Amino acid sequence: MIQVEQLSKYYGARAAIRDLSFRIESGEVVGFLGLNGAGKTTTLRILGCVLLPTSGTVRLDGQDLLSAPRQLKGRIGFLPETPPLYEDMTVGEYLAFVAGIRGVDPARIPARVGETEERTGLAALGDERISTLSHGFRQRVGVAQALVHAPEVLLLDEPANGLDPVQNVEMRALIRSLRGDHTVLVSSHILPEIAQTCDRLLVVRDGELVAQGSEAELEERLGVGSGVDLEIAGPVEAVVSALRNLPGVRAVSVQPAGGGRAVLRVDAPDALRPALARAALAAGAQLFRLDVSADRLESLFLKLAGRAASA
Amino acid sequence: MSPVLLIARRELRGYLRTMTGWIIAASVLLIDGLLFNAFALEGSRRSTEVLTRFFYFASGPTMVAAIFLSMRLLAEERQLGTLPLLYASPVRDRDIVLGKFLGALAFLSGVTLATMYMPLLILVHGQIAVGHLLAGYLGLLLLGSASLALGTLGSSLARSQIIAAILGAAILVSLLVAWLLASVTEPPFSKLFAAIALHNAHFPAFQSGQVHLRDVAYYLLVTWVALFASTRVLEARRWR
Repeated sequence: MIQVEQLSKYYGARAAIRDLSFRIESGEVVGFLGLNGAGKTTTLRILGCVLLPTSGTVRLDGQDLLSAPRQLKGRIGFLPETPPLYEDMTVGEYLAFVAGIRGVDPARIPARVGETEERTGLAALGDERISTLSHGFRQRVGVAQALVHAPEVLLLDEPANGLDPVQNVEMRALIRSLRGDHTVLVSSHILPEIAQTCDRLLVVRDGELVAQGSEAELEERLGVGSGVDLEIAGPVEAVVSALRNLPGVRAVSVQPAGGGRAVLRVDAPDALRPALARAALAAGAQLFRLDVSADRLESLFLKLAGRAASA
Repeated sequence: MSPVLLIARRELRGYLRTMTGWIIAASVLLIDGLLFNAFALEGSRRSTEVLTRFFYFASGPTMVAAIFLSMRLLAEERQLGTLPLLYASPVRDRDIVLGKFLGALAFLSGVTLATMYMPLLILVHGQIAVGHLLAGYLGLLLLGSASLALGTLGSSLARSQIIAAILGAAILVSLLVAWLLASVTEPPFSKLFAAIALHNAHFPAFQSGQVHLRDVAYYLLVTWVALFASTRVLEARRWR
Protein backbone atom coordinates (compact mmCIF):
# COMPACT_ATOMS: atom_id res chain seq x y z
CA MET A 1 0.00 0.00 0.00
CA ILE A 2 1.29 3.48 -0.92
CA GLN A 3 0.42 6.42 1.28
CA VAL A 4 1.31 9.93 0.13
CA GLU A 5 0.85 12.77 2.60
CA GLN A 6 1.16 16.51 2.07
CA LEU A 7 3.67 16.05 -0.75
CA SER A 8 4.99 19.31 -2.22
CA LYS A 9 7.73 20.17 -4.66
CA TYR A 10 8.79 23.74 -5.28
CA TYR A 11 11.16 25.05 -7.94
CA GLY A 12 11.98 28.44 -6.49
CA ALA A 13 8.62 30.05 -5.76
CA ARG A 14 6.76 27.89 -8.28
CA ALA A 15 4.99 24.83 -6.93
CA ALA A 16 5.10 21.82 -9.26
CA ILE A 17 2.90 19.94 -6.78
CA ARG A 18 1.29 21.21 -3.60
CA ASP A 19 0.08 19.28 -0.54
CA LEU A 20 -0.72 16.15 -2.52
CA SER A 21 -2.25 13.36 -0.40
CA PHE A 22 -3.62 10.05 -1.59
CA ARG A 23 -3.54 6.35 -0.90
CA ILE A 24 -3.29 3.35 -3.21
CA GLU A 25 -4.18 -0.13 -1.98
CA SER A 26 -2.17 -3.21 -2.90
CA GLY A 27 -3.12 -4.70 -6.27
CA GLU A 28 -5.00 -1.61 -7.47
CA VAL A 29 -4.45 -0.11 -10.91
CA VAL A 30 -4.84 3.63 -10.48
CA GLY A 31 -4.81 6.27 -13.18
CA PHE A 32 -3.08 9.58 -12.60
CA LEU A 33 -4.84 12.09 -14.81
CA GLY A 34 -3.99 15.66 -15.62
CA LEU A 35 -3.06 18.04 -18.39
CA ASN A 36 0.56 18.53 -19.38
CA GLY A 37 2.34 20.41 -16.59
CA ALA A 38 -0.23 19.44 -13.94
CA GLY A 39 2.39 17.72 -11.77
CA LYS A 40 2.04 14.05 -12.78
CA THR A 41 5.66 13.51 -13.79
CA THR A 42 7.00 15.31 -10.72
CA THR A 43 4.88 13.12 -8.45
CA LEU A 44 5.92 9.91 -10.18
CA ARG A 45 9.59 10.92 -10.11
CA ILE A 46 9.33 11.46 -6.35
CA LEU A 47 7.57 8.12 -5.86
CA GLY A 48 10.25 6.50 -8.06
CA CYS A 49 13.01 7.92 -5.79
CA VAL A 50 14.47 9.94 -8.69
CA LEU A 51 13.55 13.33 -7.26
CA LEU A 52 13.43 14.62 -3.69
CA PRO A 53 10.34 16.53 -2.55
CA THR A 54 10.42 19.87 -0.77
CA SER A 55 8.12 18.49 1.92
CA GLY A 56 5.75 15.66 2.66
CA THR A 57 6.02 11.91 3.12
CA VAL A 58 5.63 8.82 0.98
CA ARG A 59 5.14 5.49 2.71
CA LEU A 60 5.29 2.04 1.20
CA ASP A 61 3.63 -0.45 3.55
CA GLY A 62 4.24 1.99 6.38
CA GLN A 63 7.97 2.49 5.65
CA ASP A 64 9.17 5.97 4.76
CA LEU A 65 10.33 5.91 1.15
CA LEU A 66 12.28 9.14 1.43
CA SER A 67 14.39 8.37 4.49
CA ALA A 68 15.22 4.75 3.64
CA PRO A 69 14.88 4.63 -0.14
CA ARG A 70 17.60 2.06 -0.89
CA GLN A 71 15.87 -0.77 0.94
CA LEU A 72 12.56 0.05 -0.72
CA LYS A 73 13.73 0.89 -4.25
CA GLY A 74 13.94 -2.79 -5.14
CA ARG A 75 10.19 -3.03 -4.51
CA ILE A 76 9.39 -0.31 -7.04
CA GLY A 77 9.54 -0.35 -10.83
CA PHE A 78 9.56 3.01 -12.58
CA LEU A 79 9.06 3.85 -16.25
CA PRO A 80 9.91 7.54 -16.78
CA GLU A 81 8.26 9.58 -19.53
CA THR A 82 11.25 8.86 -21.80
CA PRO A 83 12.22 5.18 -21.46
CA PRO A 84 15.77 5.05 -20.05
CA LEU A 85 17.41 2.80 -22.65
CA TYR A 86 21.04 2.07 -23.46
CA GLU A 87 20.91 1.86 -27.22
CA ASP A 88 24.18 -0.02 -27.67
CA MET A 89 22.84 -3.02 -25.70
CA THR A 90 20.56 -5.80 -26.87
CA VAL A 91 17.17 -6.15 -25.19
CA GLY A 92 18.34 -9.24 -23.27
CA GLU A 93 21.60 -7.66 -22.11
CA TYR A 94 19.80 -4.52 -21.03
CA LEU A 95 17.17 -6.37 -19.00
CA ALA A 96 19.87 -8.55 -17.40
CA PHE A 97 21.83 -5.42 -16.48
CA VAL A 98 18.76 -3.78 -14.95
CA ALA A 99 17.88 -6.97 -13.05
CA GLY A 100 21.46 -7.07 -11.72
CA ILE A 101 21.51 -3.53 -10.40
CA ARG A 102 18.01 -3.98 -8.95
CA GLY A 103 19.32 -6.83 -6.80
CA VAL A 104 17.85 -9.91 -8.51
CA ASP A 105 19.74 -13.09 -7.53
CA PRO A 106 22.29 -13.65 -10.39
CA ALA A 107 21.17 -17.27 -10.75
CA ARG A 108 17.59 -16.08 -11.32
CA ILE A 109 18.39 -13.34 -13.82
CA PRO A 110 18.13 -15.38 -17.07
CA ALA A 111 14.76 -16.77 -15.99
CA ARG A 112 13.46 -13.36 -14.94
CA VAL A 113 14.61 -11.80 -18.22
CA GLY A 114 12.89 -14.58 -20.18
CA GLU A 115 9.64 -14.25 -18.21
CA THR A 116 9.62 -10.47 -18.60
CA GLU A 117 10.32 -10.63 -22.34
CA GLU A 118 7.48 -13.13 -22.67
CA ARG A 119 5.07 -10.98 -20.70
CA THR A 120 5.85 -7.77 -22.60
CA GLY A 121 5.86 -9.36 -26.04
CA LEU A 122 9.61 -9.03 -26.52
CA ALA A 123 10.49 -12.74 -26.59
CA ALA A 124 11.54 -12.66 -30.24
CA LEU A 125 13.62 -9.52 -29.79
CA GLY A 126 15.99 -10.55 -27.00
CA ASP A 127 19.05 -10.40 -29.27
CA GLU A 128 18.05 -7.19 -31.06
CA ARG A 129 19.96 -4.01 -30.37
CA ILE A 130 17.73 -1.42 -28.73
CA SER A 131 18.86 1.21 -31.25
CA THR A 132 17.17 -0.78 -34.04
CA LEU A 133 13.75 -1.03 -32.33
CA SER A 134 10.64 0.94 -33.30
CA HIS A 135 9.10 3.44 -30.89
CA GLY A 136 6.44 0.96 -29.77
CA PHE A 137 8.95 -1.74 -28.94
CA ARG A 138 11.22 0.72 -27.15
CA GLN A 139 8.24 1.67 -25.00
CA ARG A 140 7.73 -2.03 -24.25
CA VAL A 141 11.38 -2.39 -23.27
CA GLY A 142 10.80 0.57 -20.96
CA VAL A 143 7.91 -1.28 -19.30
CA ALA A 144 10.00 -4.48 -19.21
CA GLN A 145 12.83 -2.78 -17.30
CA ALA A 146 10.29 -1.60 -14.73
CA LEU A 147 8.98 -5.16 -14.38
CA VAL A 148 12.13 -7.26 -14.58
CA HIS A 149 12.83 -7.38 -10.85
CA ALA A 150 9.19 -8.29 -10.08
CA PRO A 151 8.43 -5.15 -8.07
CA GLU A 152 5.32 -4.81 -5.94
CA VAL A 153 4.73 -1.26 -7.15
CA LEU A 154 4.83 -0.10 -10.75
CA LEU A 155 4.94 3.56 -11.69
CA LEU A 156 4.32 4.18 -15.39
CA ASP A 157 4.64 7.74 -16.69
CA GLU A 158 2.65 8.10 -19.92
CA PRO A 159 3.38 4.54 -21.12
CA ALA A 160 1.23 5.01 -24.23
CA ASN A 161 3.05 8.17 -25.26
CA GLY A 162 3.46 8.30 -29.05
CA LEU A 163 2.09 4.81 -29.68
CA ASP A 164 -0.06 4.04 -32.73
CA PRO A 165 -3.63 2.74 -32.12
CA VAL A 166 -2.65 -0.93 -32.31
CA GLN A 167 0.29 -0.47 -29.95
CA ASN A 168 -2.00 1.56 -27.69
CA VAL A 169 -4.47 -1.31 -27.40
CA GLU A 170 -1.62 -3.74 -26.70
CA MET A 171 -0.19 -1.44 -24.03
CA ARG A 172 -3.61 -1.17 -22.34
CA ALA A 173 -3.93 -4.96 -22.37
CA LEU A 174 -0.46 -5.26 -20.85
CA ILE A 175 -1.31 -2.81 -18.06
CA ARG A 176 -4.61 -4.57 -17.39
CA SER A 177 -2.73 -7.87 -17.11
CA LEU A 178 -0.67 -6.43 -14.24
CA ARG A 179 -3.75 -6.04 -12.02
CA GLY A 180 -3.53 -8.14 -8.88
CA ASP A 181 0.17 -8.98 -9.23
CA HIS A 182 1.31 -5.37 -8.89
CA THR A 183 0.10 -2.09 -7.49
CA VAL A 184 0.13 0.19 -10.53
CA LEU A 185 0.04 3.97 -10.83
CA VAL A 186 -0.17 5.00 -14.46
CA SER A 187 -0.20 8.61 -15.61
CA SER A 188 -1.83 10.01 -18.71
CA HIS A 189 -3.41 13.16 -20.04
CA ILE A 190 -5.92 11.15 -22.08
CA LEU A 191 -8.98 10.14 -20.04
CA PRO A 192 -10.41 7.44 -22.37
CA GLU A 193 -7.00 5.79 -22.37
CA ILE A 194 -6.77 5.29 -18.61
CA ALA A 195 -10.52 5.06 -17.98
CA GLN A 196 -10.43 1.70 -19.78
CA THR A 197 -7.42 0.45 -17.84
CA CYS A 198 -7.75 1.69 -14.28
CA ASP A 199 -9.89 0.86 -11.24
CA ARG A 200 -9.72 4.39 -9.96
CA LEU A 201 -8.57 7.83 -11.07
CA LEU A 202 -6.55 10.51 -9.28
CA VAL A 203 -6.94 13.85 -10.99
CA VAL A 204 -4.35 16.62 -10.61
CA ARG A 205 -4.60 20.17 -11.77
CA ASP A 206 -1.94 22.86 -11.26
CA GLY A 207 -0.11 20.59 -8.84
CA GLU A 208 -3.10 19.84 -6.63
CA LEU A 209 -5.28 16.78 -6.34
CA VAL A 210 -8.74 17.92 -7.44
CA ALA A 211 -10.66 14.64 -7.53
CA GLN A 212 -10.38 10.91 -7.04
CA GLY A 213 -12.65 7.94 -7.54
CA SER A 214 -13.88 5.60 -10.24
CA GLU A 215 -15.03 7.03 -13.56
CA ALA A 216 -18.69 6.49 -12.62
CA GLU A 217 -18.22 8.13 -9.20
CA LEU A 218 -16.56 11.14 -10.76
CA GLU A 219 -19.31 11.49 -13.38
CA GLU A 220 -21.95 11.37 -10.71
CA ARG A 221 -20.12 13.82 -8.44
CA LEU A 222 -19.54 16.29 -11.25
CA GLY A 223 -22.98 15.99 -12.73
CA VAL A 224 -21.65 15.07 -16.15
CA GLY A 225 -24.61 14.05 -18.32
CA SER A 226 -24.72 10.34 -18.95
CA GLY A 227 -24.67 9.39 -22.61
CA VAL A 228 -24.53 6.32 -24.82
CA ASP A 229 -23.71 6.20 -28.55
CA LEU A 230 -25.35 3.62 -30.83
CA GLU A 231 -24.10 3.29 -34.38
CA ILE A 232 -26.85 1.69 -36.47
CA ALA A 233 -28.09 1.07 -40.00
CA GLY A 234 -31.75 0.62 -40.85
CA PRO A 235 -34.97 2.45 -39.99
CA VAL A 236 -33.53 5.34 -38.01
CA GLU A 237 -36.85 7.02 -37.18
CA ALA A 238 -38.38 3.78 -35.90
CA VAL A 239 -35.36 3.13 -33.72
CA VAL A 240 -35.37 6.69 -32.35
CA SER A 241 -39.01 6.33 -31.50
CA ALA A 242 -38.44 2.96 -29.81
CA LEU A 243 -35.57 4.36 -27.75
CA ARG A 244 -37.54 7.46 -26.70
CA ASN A 245 -40.28 5.20 -25.38
CA LEU A 246 -37.91 3.44 -23.00
CA PRO A 247 -38.26 4.58 -19.38
CA GLY A 248 -35.09 6.44 -18.31
CA VAL A 249 -34.23 7.82 -21.74
CA ARG A 250 -34.17 11.60 -21.55
CA ALA A 251 -33.27 12.51 -25.14
CA VAL A 252 -32.10 11.01 -28.42
CA SER A 253 -30.25 12.93 -31.14
CA VAL A 254 -29.20 11.65 -34.56
CA GLN A 255 -25.94 12.26 -36.41
CA PRO A 256 -25.28 10.84 -39.88
CA ALA A 257 -22.19 8.59 -39.91
CA GLY A 258 -21.83 7.89 -43.66
CA GLY A 259 -22.28 4.60 -45.49
CA GLY A 260 -25.99 4.54 -44.67
CA ARG A 261 -25.31 4.50 -40.96
CA ALA A 262 -26.27 6.90 -38.19
CA VAL A 263 -25.00 7.54 -34.69
CA LEU A 264 -27.76 7.92 -32.12
CA ARG A 265 -26.61 9.84 -29.06
CA VAL A 266 -28.86 8.74 -26.21
CA ASP A 267 -29.03 10.63 -22.92
CA ALA A 268 -29.60 7.69 -20.59
CA PRO A 269 -27.94 5.99 -17.61
CA ASP A 270 -25.25 3.37 -18.25
CA ALA A 271 -27.43 0.65 -16.74
CA LEU A 272 -29.88 1.04 -19.61
CA ARG A 273 -27.35 -0.12 -22.24
CA PRO A 274 -28.73 -3.69 -22.60
CA ALA A 275 -32.27 -2.34 -22.95
CA LEU A 276 -31.12 0.18 -25.56
CA ALA A 277 -29.49 -2.58 -27.61
CA ARG A 278 -32.59 -4.78 -27.40
CA ALA A 279 -34.91 -1.92 -28.39
CA ALA A 280 -32.77 -0.95 -31.38
CA LEU A 281 -32.62 -4.53 -32.65
CA ALA A 282 -36.35 -5.04 -32.08
CA ALA A 283 -37.04 -1.94 -34.20
CA GLY A 284 -35.19 -3.54 -37.10
CA ALA A 285 -31.79 -1.85 -36.81
CA GLN A 286 -28.41 -3.40 -37.46
CA LEU A 287 -26.26 -2.47 -34.47
CA PHE A 288 -22.60 -1.80 -35.26
CA ARG A 289 -21.45 -0.13 -32.07
CA LEU A 290 -22.70 0.74 -28.58
CA ASP A 291 -20.45 2.58 -26.14
CA VAL A 292 -20.06 5.48 -23.77
CA SER A 293 -20.40 8.78 -25.59
CA ALA A 294 -17.08 10.40 -26.54
CA ASP A 295 -18.60 13.77 -25.64
CA ARG A 296 -19.29 12.49 -22.14
CA LEU A 297 -15.65 11.50 -21.52
CA GLU A 298 -14.48 14.80 -22.99
CA SER A 299 -16.84 16.73 -20.80
CA LEU A 300 -15.74 14.80 -17.73
CA PHE A 301 -12.08 15.39 -18.56
CA LEU A 302 -12.59 19.12 -19.07
CA LYS A 303 -14.42 19.39 -15.79
CA LEU A 304 -11.73 17.44 -13.98
CA ALA A 305 -8.48 18.60 -15.44
CA GLY A 306 -9.31 21.64 -17.47
CA ARG A 307 -10.41 25.11 -16.65
CA ALA A 308 -13.98 24.27 -15.66
CA ALA A 309 -15.21 24.09 -12.07
CA SER A 310 -13.32 21.76 -9.77
CA ALA A 311 -14.73 18.83 -7.85
CA MET B 1 28.33 -9.17 -9.14
CA SER B 2 28.15 -5.91 -7.21
CA PRO B 3 26.32 -2.94 -8.75
CA VAL B 4 29.65 -1.08 -9.04
CA LEU B 5 31.12 -3.84 -11.21
CA LEU B 6 27.92 -4.18 -13.23
CA ILE B 7 27.95 -0.46 -14.01
CA ALA B 8 31.70 -0.59 -14.77
CA ARG B 9 31.23 -3.52 -17.14
CA ARG B 10 28.37 -1.77 -18.93
CA GLU B 11 30.47 1.36 -19.30
CA LEU B 12 33.45 -0.58 -20.65
CA ARG B 13 31.22 -2.36 -23.17
CA GLY B 14 29.87 1.04 -24.18
CA TYR B 15 33.37 2.19 -25.17
CA LEU B 16 34.09 -1.05 -27.03
CA ARG B 17 30.80 -0.94 -28.94
CA THR B 18 30.83 2.67 -30.06
CA MET B 19 33.06 4.51 -32.49
CA THR B 20 34.00 7.03 -29.81
CA GLY B 21 36.00 4.48 -27.83
CA TRP B 22 37.88 3.19 -30.85
CA ILE B 23 38.57 6.69 -32.21
CA ILE B 24 40.03 7.75 -28.86
CA ALA B 25 42.13 4.56 -28.64
CA ALA B 26 43.41 4.93 -32.20
CA SER B 27 44.20 8.63 -31.67
CA VAL B 28 46.20 7.93 -28.50
CA LEU B 29 48.21 5.17 -30.17
CA LEU B 30 48.84 7.27 -33.27
CA ILE B 31 49.91 10.40 -31.40
CA ASP B 32 52.05 8.44 -28.92
CA GLY B 33 53.73 6.69 -31.85
CA LEU B 34 54.39 9.94 -33.68
CA LEU B 35 55.77 11.65 -30.58
CA PHE B 36 57.89 8.61 -29.75
CA ASN B 37 59.32 8.52 -33.25
CA ALA B 38 59.79 12.26 -33.65
CA PHE B 39 61.09 13.26 -30.24
CA ALA B 40 61.98 10.30 -28.02
CA LEU B 41 64.05 8.53 -30.65
CA GLU B 42 65.66 11.60 -32.21
CA GLY B 43 69.44 11.84 -32.03
CA SER B 44 71.64 9.32 -30.27
CA ARG B 45 70.49 8.83 -26.68
CA ARG B 46 70.93 6.31 -23.93
CA SER B 47 68.06 3.79 -23.63
CA THR B 48 67.02 5.16 -20.22
CA GLU B 49 66.77 8.66 -21.65
CA VAL B 50 64.61 7.42 -24.56
CA LEU B 51 62.30 5.67 -22.12
CA THR B 52 62.09 8.76 -19.91
CA ARG B 53 61.21 10.90 -22.92
CA PHE B 54 58.61 8.31 -24.05
CA PHE B 55 56.78 8.56 -20.72
CA TYR B 56 57.00 12.36 -20.80
CA PHE B 57 55.43 12.56 -24.25
CA ALA B 58 52.86 9.83 -23.54
CA SER B 59 51.51 11.73 -20.52
CA GLY B 60 49.89 14.45 -22.70
CA PRO B 61 47.75 12.13 -24.87
CA THR B 62 46.81 10.17 -21.73
CA MET B 63 45.39 13.28 -20.06
CA VAL B 64 43.56 14.39 -23.22
CA ALA B 65 42.12 10.89 -23.73
CA ALA B 66 40.96 10.85 -20.09
CA ILE B 67 38.98 14.06 -20.65
CA PHE B 68 37.37 12.74 -23.83
CA LEU B 69 36.54 9.40 -22.22
CA SER B 70 35.05 10.94 -19.10
CA MET B 71 32.94 13.61 -20.81
CA ARG B 72 30.20 11.07 -21.55
CA LEU B 73 30.12 9.36 -18.16
CA LEU B 74 27.32 11.34 -16.50
CA ALA B 75 26.53 14.07 -19.03
CA GLU B 76 25.47 11.50 -21.65
CA GLU B 77 23.21 9.77 -19.14
CA ARG B 78 21.57 13.10 -18.45
CA GLN B 79 21.37 13.94 -22.16
CA LEU B 80 19.75 10.59 -23.05
CA GLY B 81 17.48 10.49 -20.00
CA THR B 82 18.96 7.25 -18.66
CA LEU B 83 20.00 8.63 -15.28
CA PRO B 84 16.55 7.89 -13.74
CA LEU B 85 17.23 4.19 -14.38
CA LEU B 86 20.21 4.34 -12.02
CA TYR B 87 18.57 6.75 -9.57
CA ALA B 88 15.51 4.47 -9.30
CA SER B 89 17.65 1.39 -8.59
CA PRO B 90 18.86 0.35 -5.14
CA VAL B 91 22.33 1.71 -5.90
CA ARG B 92 24.13 4.45 -3.96
CA ASP B 93 25.14 7.58 -5.86
CA ARG B 94 28.76 6.86 -5.02
CA ASP B 95 28.39 3.39 -6.60
CA ILE B 96 27.12 5.01 -9.82
CA VAL B 97 30.09 7.39 -9.95
CA LEU B 98 32.60 4.71 -8.99
CA GLY B 99 31.22 2.15 -11.44
CA LYS B 100 31.33 4.60 -14.33
CA PHE B 101 34.80 5.79 -13.37
CA LEU B 102 36.15 2.23 -13.14
CA GLY B 103 34.70 1.33 -16.55
CA ALA B 104 36.44 4.33 -18.12
CA LEU B 105 39.64 3.63 -16.18
CA ALA B 106 39.70 0.04 -17.45
CA PHE B 107 39.41 1.27 -21.03
CA LEU B 108 42.06 3.98 -20.54
CA SER B 109 44.36 1.45 -18.89
CA GLY B 110 43.95 -0.90 -21.85
CA VAL B 111 44.79 1.88 -24.30
CA THR B 112 47.77 3.00 -22.20
CA LEU B 113 49.17 -0.51 -21.88
CA ALA B 114 48.71 -1.01 -25.63
CA THR B 115 51.52 1.55 -26.12
CA MET B 116 53.99 -0.84 -24.44
CA TYR B 117 55.30 -2.07 -27.76
CA MET B 118 57.07 1.28 -28.15
CA PRO B 119 59.31 1.05 -25.06
CA LEU B 120 59.87 -2.62 -25.88
CA LEU B 121 61.25 -1.54 -29.27
CA ILE B 122 64.13 0.04 -27.37
CA LEU B 123 65.24 -3.52 -26.55
CA VAL B 124 66.14 -4.02 -30.23
CA HIS B 125 69.23 -1.80 -29.90
CA GLY B 126 69.46 -1.14 -26.18
CA GLN B 127 68.43 -2.17 -22.70
CA ILE B 128 65.76 -0.95 -20.30
CA ALA B 129 65.16 -1.68 -16.64
CA VAL B 130 61.89 -3.43 -15.85
CA GLY B 131 61.55 -1.22 -12.78
CA HIS B 132 61.75 1.91 -14.95
CA LEU B 133 59.10 0.51 -17.27
CA LEU B 134 56.75 -0.40 -14.40
CA ALA B 135 57.27 2.94 -12.63
CA GLY B 136 56.56 4.84 -15.86
CA TYR B 137 53.36 2.95 -16.55
CA LEU B 138 52.27 3.27 -12.91
CA GLY B 139 52.74 7.01 -13.30
CA LEU B 140 50.75 7.11 -16.55
CA LEU B 141 47.92 5.13 -14.98
CA LEU B 142 47.84 7.33 -11.86
CA LEU B 143 47.94 10.50 -13.97
CA GLY B 144 45.22 9.04 -16.20
CA SER B 145 43.15 8.10 -13.17
CA ALA B 146 43.37 11.62 -11.71
CA SER B 147 42.57 13.21 -15.10
CA LEU B 148 39.64 10.84 -15.57
CA ALA B 149 38.28 11.72 -12.12
CA LEU B 150 38.57 15.45 -12.89
CA GLY B 151 36.75 14.81 -16.18
CA THR B 152 34.07 12.88 -14.29
CA LEU B 153 33.55 15.93 -12.09
CA GLY B 154 33.13 18.07 -15.23
CA SER B 155 30.68 15.50 -16.59
CA SER B 156 28.64 15.53 -13.38
CA LEU B 157 28.27 19.30 -13.61
CA ALA B 158 27.30 19.54 -17.28
CA ARG B 159 24.17 18.79 -19.26
CA SER B 160 25.98 18.16 -22.54
CA GLN B 161 29.12 16.23 -23.37
CA ILE B 162 30.79 19.22 -25.01
CA ILE B 163 30.32 21.36 -21.91
CA ALA B 164 31.50 18.40 -19.82
CA ALA B 165 34.72 18.18 -21.84
CA ILE B 166 35.29 21.93 -21.54
CA LEU B 167 34.68 21.91 -17.78
CA GLY B 168 36.86 18.82 -17.26
CA ALA B 169 39.65 20.34 -19.35
CA ALA B 170 39.39 23.64 -17.48
CA ILE B 171 39.79 21.90 -14.10
CA LEU B 172 42.66 19.80 -15.43
CA VAL B 173 44.49 22.76 -16.98
CA SER B 174 44.05 24.73 -13.74
CA LEU B 175 45.97 22.02 -11.91
CA LEU B 176 48.53 21.71 -14.71
CA VAL B 177 49.45 25.40 -14.71
CA ALA B 178 49.64 25.63 -10.94
CA TRP B 179 53.44 25.44 -11.26
CA LEU B 180 53.36 28.67 -13.28
CA LEU B 181 51.52 30.36 -10.45
CA ALA B 182 54.11 28.99 -8.05
CA SER B 183 56.82 30.89 -9.88
CA VAL B 184 55.03 34.25 -9.63
CA THR B 185 53.68 34.07 -6.06
CA GLU B 186 55.28 34.32 -2.63
CA PRO B 187 55.34 31.59 0.03
CA PRO B 188 53.18 29.99 1.35
CA PHE B 189 51.13 30.21 -1.88
CA SER B 190 54.09 29.41 -4.10
CA LYS B 191 54.69 26.22 -2.09
CA LEU B 192 51.03 25.30 -2.26
CA PHE B 193 50.82 25.82 -6.03
CA ALA B 194 54.06 23.93 -6.56
CA ALA B 195 52.72 21.01 -4.52
CA ILE B 196 49.38 20.72 -6.34
CA ALA B 197 50.75 20.97 -9.89
CA LEU B 198 49.34 17.88 -11.58
CA HIS B 199 52.22 17.11 -13.89
CA ASN B 200 55.36 19.07 -13.10
CA ALA B 201 55.40 18.38 -9.37
CA HIS B 202 54.55 14.69 -9.43
CA PHE B 203 55.05 13.03 -12.79
CA PRO B 204 58.79 13.56 -13.53
CA ALA B 205 59.79 11.05 -10.84
CA PHE B 206 57.68 8.31 -12.48
CA GLN B 207 58.99 9.08 -15.96
CA SER B 208 62.53 8.68 -14.61
CA GLY B 209 61.70 5.32 -13.09
CA GLN B 210 61.25 6.40 -9.47
CA VAL B 211 58.17 5.81 -7.35
CA HIS B 212 57.68 8.23 -4.45
CA LEU B 213 54.91 7.55 -2.01
CA ARG B 214 53.96 11.24 -1.90
CA ASP B 215 53.37 11.26 -5.67
CA VAL B 216 51.25 8.11 -5.52
CA ALA B 217 49.30 9.58 -2.59
CA TYR B 218 48.82 12.87 -4.47
CA TYR B 219 47.27 11.24 -7.55
CA LEU B 220 45.08 8.98 -5.43
CA LEU B 221 43.96 11.99 -3.40
CA VAL B 222 43.08 14.01 -6.52
CA THR B 223 41.13 11.00 -7.82
CA TRP B 224 39.27 10.55 -4.54
CA VAL B 225 38.45 14.25 -4.08
CA ALA B 226 37.17 14.59 -7.67
CA LEU B 227 35.01 11.45 -7.39
CA PHE B 228 33.71 12.53 -4.00
CA ALA B 229 32.75 15.93 -5.47
CA SER B 230 31.08 14.20 -8.44
CA THR B 231 29.01 12.09 -6.04
CA ARG B 232 27.94 15.22 -4.15
CA VAL B 233 26.91 16.88 -7.42
CA LEU B 234 24.88 13.80 -8.37
CA GLU B 235 23.17 13.81 -4.96
CA ALA B 236 22.41 17.52 -5.23
CA ARG B 237 20.80 17.02 -8.64
CA ARG B 238 18.09 14.92 -7.04
CA TRP B 239 16.65 18.18 -5.80
CA ARG B 240 16.18 19.44 -9.37
